[in-house]
Amino acid sequence: MDPSLEEIGQVLTRATALEQMDPLERARILAKRRVALLFYESSTRTRTSFELAAKSLGADTTLVSNLSSSIEKGESLKDTGLTLRALGAETIILRHNSSGAPWLLEAETRLPILNAGDGMHEHPTQALLDLRTILAHLREGATTVNEKTLEGVTVAIVGDILHSRVARSNMLLLPRLGAHVILCGPKGLLPELAAAAGPNIAIERDFEAALNRSQVINMLRIQAERLAGQQLDRDEYIAGYQLTGPRLARCAPKAIVLHPGPIIRGLEITAGVADGFQSAILEQVTNGVAIRMAVVERALSASAKGGRA
Amino acid sequence: MTALVIRGGQLLDPAAGVDAPKDIFIKDGRVAEIAAPGKLKGITGIDVLDATGLVVAPGLVDMHVHLREPGQTHKETIATGTACAAAGGFTAVAAMANTLPVNDSVETTRWMLSPERGAKVRVYPIAAATRGMKGDALNDYAALKSAGAIALSDDGLPILKESVMREALAAAARVGLCVIQHAEDTRMTQGGTMNAGPASFRLGLRGMPAEAETSLVERDIRLVNDLRDARVHLHVAHISTAGALAAVRQARRNGLRVTCEVAPHHFLLTDEHVGFYNTNAKMCPPLRSAADRDALLEGILDGVIDAIATDHAPHAVHEKEVEFDKAPNGILGLETALGLSLRWLHKEGKLPLGRVISMMSAQPAALLGMKGRGTLTVGSFGDAVIFDPKAEWTYKVSETLSKSKNTPFDGWTMQGRIRWTVSEGRVVYTHPA
Repeated sequence: MDPSLEEIGQVLTRATALEQMDPLERARILAKRRVALLFYESSTRTRTSFELAAKSLGADTTLVSNLSSSIEKGESLKDTGLTLRALGAETIILRHNSSGAPWLLEAETRLPILNAGDGMHEHPTQALLDLRTILAHLREGATTVNEKTLEGVTVAIVGDILHSRVARSNMLLLPRLGAHVILCGPKGLLPELAAAAGPNIAIERDFEAALNRSQVINMLRIQAERLAGQQLDRDEYIAGYQLTGPRLARCAPKAIVLHPGPIIRGLEITAGVADGFQSAILEQVTNGVAIRMAVVERALSASAKGGRA
Repeated sequence: MTALVIRGGQLLDPAAGVDAPKDIFIKDGRVAEIAAPGKLKGITGIDVLDATGLVVAPGLVDMHVHLREPGQTHKETIATGTACAAAGGFTAVAAMANTLPVNDSVETTRWMLSPERGAKVRVYPIAAATRGMKGDALNDYAALKSAGAIALSDDGLPILKESVMREALAAAARVGLCVIQHAEDTRMTQGGTMNAGPASFRLGLRGMPAEAETSLVERDIRLVNDLRDARVHLHVAHISTAGALAAVRQARRNGLRVTCEVAPHHFLLTDEHVGFYNTNAKMCPPLRSAADRDALLEGILDGVIDAIATDHAPHAVHEKEVEFDKAPNGILGLETALGLSLRWLHKEGKLPLGRVISMMSAQPAALLGMKGRGTLTVGSFGDAVIFDPKAEWTYKVSETLSKSKNTPFDGWTMQGRIRWTVSEGRVVYTHPA
């Protein structure tokens, strides 16, 4: 199911090539092919970058959102998918609040489905764009990867791990390239069994201890919409886990700071850090377009088998 | 008047301690005579089943099914559910009360028992323990029992309030019924869609912790203990965790009347079988860890688990073709229980055939006080399942008699091909040879 490291390298390489290509030439690659974006959750970065990516390649895109479609009338995911296919969609980019929804949509439509985030499960293109950002900073923009590419690199993923698809995709991808992942957060947001999700994952409850050991710090938003009644003491959280300028300067003055967005300034991260020189948050956004061009092209290419990036 | 002879088979009746070649004469729905092969007296001109080379066992008893009628006939009806039962060798099924409306009344109980429902085998309604299954006010147990209710349960929902559960156990004991508890502390399972563990974390699905079952079973056992009334009988439905089983084991050592059942999916599958969001691996209680599964197998072998029950829970195809967290809980079970049990408990697990049959007939019949069921002795009901214990076959859900198709066992190899099922002297299932 998961792409091989070789395939990941191909995506990274292709992302760079597409990014550097003449826009008019690029727009011929998928000229008039039909790409549907099906979004059951609100999104700024992911939706826009997928849409811009598909359009950059010349594809026609259409957006169906749960709030302005027959989904509101009770149409099922299966029927929505079949409808999009009947309308000529050749691939569907799906953002859904239910974990596993892409599997259902793929099984029912037999179309290549691109997972733009499913519930608490995964957000594969986010992990790829995070990887691209990390490689740009730590490996001079390397685009071929193997199991040693990130050897010696420690990545801290901090905050609401339990509800985060970004955390899962990153913690499963980065160790495959040799990185060590430290998960950091309070018990309610980071259960002990998270460390069993894959190899080379450790839990460190002490934020500063995690920072001390990390070259990359990936800060997560608290997913208030998924807390499901869990009470969280905001002040306590800020005291324990907010990435502040002093903390960063003291513990990880050379690390790069990532955040999948949307950021909540003053909660998980201070405005100063978000806008500071160690922040790569906007680079991540830009990298999203390149990565998504590569995966959309891949989904629509005749040779590539449909998959979830 | 009906009459039927089952000739040439190996009678296996664990309750009576019989495992010998016998001919059986069934008349007017009851076993009239059992004799050595060829020794039945004065029988002519009636239907004969030639059971040569086959095992003849008491008709199976499933103490936990959902027949969905009244109210959800697009999933199953009493007629189709009992047709499944017959195909699976069951001649008596206890039907849970979570119908629409909830079976909490004499009227609904009687309605379910009416001949117009077209039941193929005997249905024993289990009435709701509380009004509307809301967990507050007790129903009139004496009246429900007179109408035909065989037990009391809010299955699908637990009785959370301690005072209500204590009253239910006491009131049920006074009329000689057991309370069947769906042990799930729903305060710990909110939003949960599968077992809490590494698999649920990886899949991004909210987990239902094992403690939610264990803690409620422990509480219920404490209530039984506190009531100090030998008639009080707590039955734990579809036990799924090592912790709950340990609690039942200890309660039994302490001499309490606490019994439990296990479903084949819980002793065969684990939460890894959810795979990539297979909604046919979604049920409540959920598939648990390998350690829980192993504990259940041990509980079967050492006898702490009294009965195998299917928790047959049909849902229409379109209801399961949805996102995992939106899919309803439950899977089919009636057609696969014997085949799975014979394959995995008897053939692979070396549990004697008689023990498997007993857990699926005599023991559940005794638990629920079904008279004349679960055994094949003179005077008992003419209920039998006649099968080739060695024959292997493949379950194909496309051929199911259910209205629904929700099973994780499609394509699985089963052991023990059923040739006929006989309910009160009538052949209700014949394998299409």
